Amino acid sequence: MFSKPALITFITAGDPNVKATLDFMLTLDKYSEVIELGIPFSDPMADGKAIQKANVRALKAGTRVRDVFNIVREFREYSDTPVVLMTYYNPVYRMGVERFVAKAKESGASAMIVVDLPLEEAGEYLNVCERYDMGTVFLAAPNTPDDRLRMIDEASSAFVYLISLYGTTGAREKLSQLAFDLLKRAKRICSKPLAVGFGVSKAEHVRDLIKAGADGVVVGSAIVDIIGKYGEDAMDPLEEKLKELRSGLNL
Amino acid sequence: MKFGEFGGQFVPEVLIPPLKELEKAYNELKDDEEFKRELDYYLRNYAGRPTPLYFAKNLTEKLGGAKIYLKREDLLHSGAHKINNTIGQALLAKKMGKTRLIAETGAGQHGVATAIAGALLGLKVDVYMGAEDVERQKMNVFRMKLLGAEVIPVHSGSRTLKDAINEALRDWVATFEYTHYLIGSVVGPHPYPTIVRDFQSVIGRETKRQILEIEGTLPDVIVACVGGGSNAIGIFYPFIEDKSVRLIGVEAAGKGIETGKHSASLCAGEKGILHGMLSYFLQDEDGQIATTHSIAAGLDYPGVGPEHAWLKESGRAEYVAVTDDQALKAFVELSKTEGILPALESAHALAYAMEIAKEMSKDEIVVVNLSGRGDKDLGIVMEALACSASRL
Repeated sequence: MFSKPALITFITAGDPNVKATLDFMLTLDKYSEVIELGIPFSDPMADGKAIQKANVRALKAGTRVRDVFNIVREFREYSDTPVVLMTYYNPVYRMGVERFVAKAKESGASAMIVVDLPLEEAGEYLNVCERYDMGTVFLAAPNTPDDRLRMIDEASSAFVYLISLYGTTGAREKLSQLAFDLLKRAKRICSKPLAVGFGVSKAEHVRDLIKAGADGVVVGSAIVDIIGKYGEDAMDPLEEKLKELRSGLNL
Repeated sequence: MKFGEFGGQFVPEVLIPPLKELEKAYNELKDDEEFKRELDYYLRNYAGRPTPLYFAKNLTEKLGGAKIYLKREDLLHSGAHKINNTIGQALLAKKMGKTRLIAETGAGQHGVATAIAGALLGLKVDVYMGAEDVERQKMNVFRMKLLGAEVIPVHSGSRTLKDAINEALRDWVATFEYTHYLIGSVVGPHPYPTIVRDFQSVIGRETKRQILEIEGTLPDVIVACVGGGSNAIGIFYPFIEDKSVRLIGVEAAGKGIETGKHSASLCAGEKGILHGMLSYFLQDEDGQIATTHSIAAGLDYPGVGPEHAWLKESGRAEYVAVTDDQALKAFVELSKTEGILPALESAHALAYAMEIAKEMSKDEIVVVNLSGRGDKDLGIVMEALACSASRL
């Protein structure tokens, strides 16, 4: 779904408001192969402080699930860059899996990541995604055994998302050795593109991961932190950060 | 394992291996004679089991209906049923080679019970507690610290119990190699609802033996309060096959279901997914989890254990809700008639039991799970009654 090597950038939809999100996406678009758009949720248990706060800001601004679909639809008028929706399962379950996926597809989303939906619980979801030609992305962690990694690869039609560490999302100073070990293992086992995320926040992280064979890297908290700091006025510092991250793709 | 469609393992991938490890360890240990002996030893000699099944004669006579029995979990060390589970899980954690326990707590009862189990078995304890609750429950925070535990205030989200669970899960994702997450109720991803239920079932097993000894017959009704639902499952579970026994779970209607300020997820919630399980949750149209209210902090949770969801759906148990005011009245009533201060949580069960006992005949039997004692609630009760001194 993306040209390699890919910079995948994440922001939370509606942070600090719906209109700003579209503007931010257009900026991200200049520097990213894929945009990951988070659907704000009241209880983001896999996320660290930065994205937790982004969720709070988005919900305080009154962001609804339907607003997120609208953002994607509007973005589509300007760009063909794939948009991956990142969500917790409850908003999907609440709307009904089929209705949710149909709406996401209709709005122009290319794939979905459901953070708290492991393979065991994903039967219906996988069926629906296949029927609606919605790309799927499952996550794998450093402690995911080989046989499970194989199943995750099979279930992921868009790409496999490798979690670089034990912990939640959030910018880190250094990449953990776990990231490289998992990447090495995944390259041996998986057939789908491999994106590495969690804790990736600097150009040198991007460079090291691409060098080690990642097809893409995901940067979230480092970008969301900037939005947290500058709000609607984040455009310039955001662009600066994106340029820096982008430089990591030039090996 | 699921309860009908409820339960499951809705967790990030990284937690799948530790949950499998836990399930395997538990399945190996639960029928192990030495483990059972050890658990039984601590429950007897340390926690104070078996607890009495007490015939509340004064209350029964005053109401003039069914005989009311109280299962006195309030007499346990730490003052509530929580310790049945924390000792069980702490032993399990130790056998798994874990050196640290983490727990979530609302009012602090489960945190205290975990701190006690940690002190007893030599495990480090960190307790996550919503910043709001840390403010409201200073005594329990101090108690946990005295017991050697660390209390970590949680400032995210609504700063209450559900956020403490989120934060404990975030910790566990990073530390599972040496940490056991000691969940305090029959909630969370599989196998937690099963493990906690098994450890709490000692309440129902004793109750059954005791009522047969005293009355020679099973009770007609068993009533227990339901937040997450661990004391209720504990007393219900051994009676599930005894179809003649009505099982009634009492949720917190707070200021009234119609006000939206309550925590009655079975009575007023919708199916959803949070904290690793499919169950009933208080939530909005978009699936955002609601903030809840109850005068009883232990019931103040927007979800409920998946086995309760199943018992409701299958019709085996009934679920009702009781307001803050009704619970307060029951609190005062039991204190005066029997000389027992019930926890505000347990007072919910009591309030409903008193209501139905009146309408029942004198040879019928109602058992109330008196899951905890009320000393912890004196501040809240004092404040609430100050507004309406006439109640005393």
